[in-house]
Amino acid sequence: MKRRTGNACGFSLDPWAPRTLRKLMWGFYIEQLMHSLPFFLKGLWMTAAVSGLSLIMGTVIGFIWGTMRASRSRIVKALIGAWTDLIRGTPFLVQIFIVFFILPEFGIQLEAFPAAVIALTNLASCFICEIVSAGILAVPPGQREAATSTGLNWFQQLRYVIMPQAMRVILPPLVGQYVLLIKDSSVVSAIGVIDVTRVGWLTVQRIPQGLLVFGLVAALYFVICYPLIKLSSSLEKRMSVGYSREKE
Amino acid sequence: MLETFNFRVILEYMPLFASCFFATLWLSAAGLIGSLAVGIVACGMRIGRSKLLSGTASIYIESIRSTPLLVQLFFFYFGLPSIGLRMSEASTGILALALNSGAYMAEIIRAGIQSISLGQVEAAVSSGLNYFQRMRYVILPQAIGVTLPPMLGQAIVLVKDSALLSLISLPELTRAGQIMNSERFMPAEGFLTSAAFYLLIYYVLKWMTAWSQKRLIYLQT
Repeated sequence: MKRRTGNACGFSLDPWAPRTLRKLMWGFYIEQLMHSLPFFLKGLWMTAAVSGLSLIMGTVIGFIWGTMRASRSRIVKALIGAWTDLIRGTPFLVQIFIVFFILPEFGIQLEAFPAAVIALTNLASCFICEIVSAGILAVPPGQREAATSTGLNWFQQLRYVIMPQAMRVILPPLVGQYVLLIKDSSVVSAIGVIDVTRVGWLTVQRIPQGLLVFGLVAALYFVICYPLIKLSSSLEKRMSVGYSREKE
Repeated sequence: MLETFNFRVILEYMPLFASCFFATLWLSAAGLIGSLAVGIVACGMRIGRSKLLSGTASIYIESIRSTPLLVQLFFFYFGLPSIGLRMSEASTGILALALNSGAYMAEIIRAGIQSISLGQVEAAVSSGLNYFQRMRYVILPQAIGVTLPPMLGQAIVLVKDSALLSLISLPELTRAGQIMNSERFMPAEGFLTSAAFYLLIYYVLKWMTAWSQKRLIYLQT
C-alpha cells in the first residue's frame, strides 16, 4: 500500500501520518474539545430541560389517560387507543416535524423549544398511558368490588386500593420508559434545539474527530441513562420479591 | 386551517414516496437481519462461560442501551471517516441500526432461552432425543413462542428508528416529506403522507404481533 504523508493543516487525522504528528493532532483536538466543554454542558442542560419538562407533564397526562383508558367507557377507550396507536406507529422525528411545521398552518407559531416539549410530552403521555392502564388492569377485579362494597367512592378506590397495588406493576417499566424518552429527546436537535446532540453536531464541524466528539456526547447521555436503567432493573427485582412474598 | 390541503401534489410526488417507502422497507429489513445476527452473537457471548467475552458483551449492551440511536448514528457517520474508514451513507445507517437493535435483540433472545427450564432439556435427553430433535421438538417451539412477539415489537421500533437515517441524508420516507417541504413548502402534505406510510407498516407489524401471540399461545397450551 502506498503511504501518504500527513499534512499539518489538514482536517482529517490521516492513519498513515507520522506518529509524532498524529500525537500532536490528538493533543490539539482534545485541547479544543476541553475548551468547548462549557458548550457541551449547556447542551446537557437543554437536554435535561426538554426531557425533564416533558417527562413531568407526560407523567401527569399519562396517568390521567391511563386511568381513563382502564375505565369502562367504550368511547373513551377507543379514542385514547386510536390516538396512542397513531403516536406509537409514527417515528418521533415525523411527529416533531408535524408539530414544528404544520401547527403554524393552524395559526400557532412555535419556537423550537416549546415545539420540542409539546411533541415529547405527547409521546411520553401515550407510552405512559399504556403502562398505567396495563398496571391498573393487572389488579384483580375482586379488589375493586371489595372497595365498592366497603363504600369507598371512585377516587378513594383509586387512591387507597387500586393505585398502591398497580404501582408495583407500573413503576419498573415507567422508569425504563423514562430512559427511552430521554434518549428520544436527542431527536429534537433536528429542529434546531441546541441540546447536547446538536452541540456535538456543531462541534464536529470544527473538530473533525467524530469518534472523540460523539464519544463525549454519548458519555454525557450514559451518565444520565445508565443509573436510571439500573434503577429500573433493581425496582423490577424488588417489586417482584414483594409480590411473591405477599402471595405466599 | 388546512383548507389548502392539496391531494394533487401528493399524487404528483407519489413516485418519490413509493421509492422512498421501499427504501425504508429494505433499510429496516437489512437492519433487522443484521440486528438478529448481532443479537445472537452478543447473547451467545453474554451467557457463555468466558468472563472476558461476557464482560465485553455486557459493556456493548449497556452502552448501546444508555445512549440514543441518533448519537450512535453520528458517531459512525462522522467518526468512521476520521479514522480512515469510508462507507456509504446506506451502509453506515444499516450498521448503526443493526448495532443498536442488536443489543435489544440480545436481551430478548436471552430472556427466551432463560424462560425454558432445565427440566425440559433433561426430560428430552432422558427420553432419548438427540440434539436436533431436542431443538426441533422441545426447545425451539417454546423459545420462539416467547421471543417472537417482542422481536416483532423490536421490528416496529426499528422501522420507526430508520426515520433518523434521513438526518444523514438517506432517501427514505421522512426524507421524502422533507424534500416535498423544501421544494413546494407543503409541510402538511409531505409529513402527513410520510406518517401515513409509516402507519401502514406499523399496523401490518402490529397485526402480525397479535397473530403470533394468539397462535403461539395456542401452540403452547
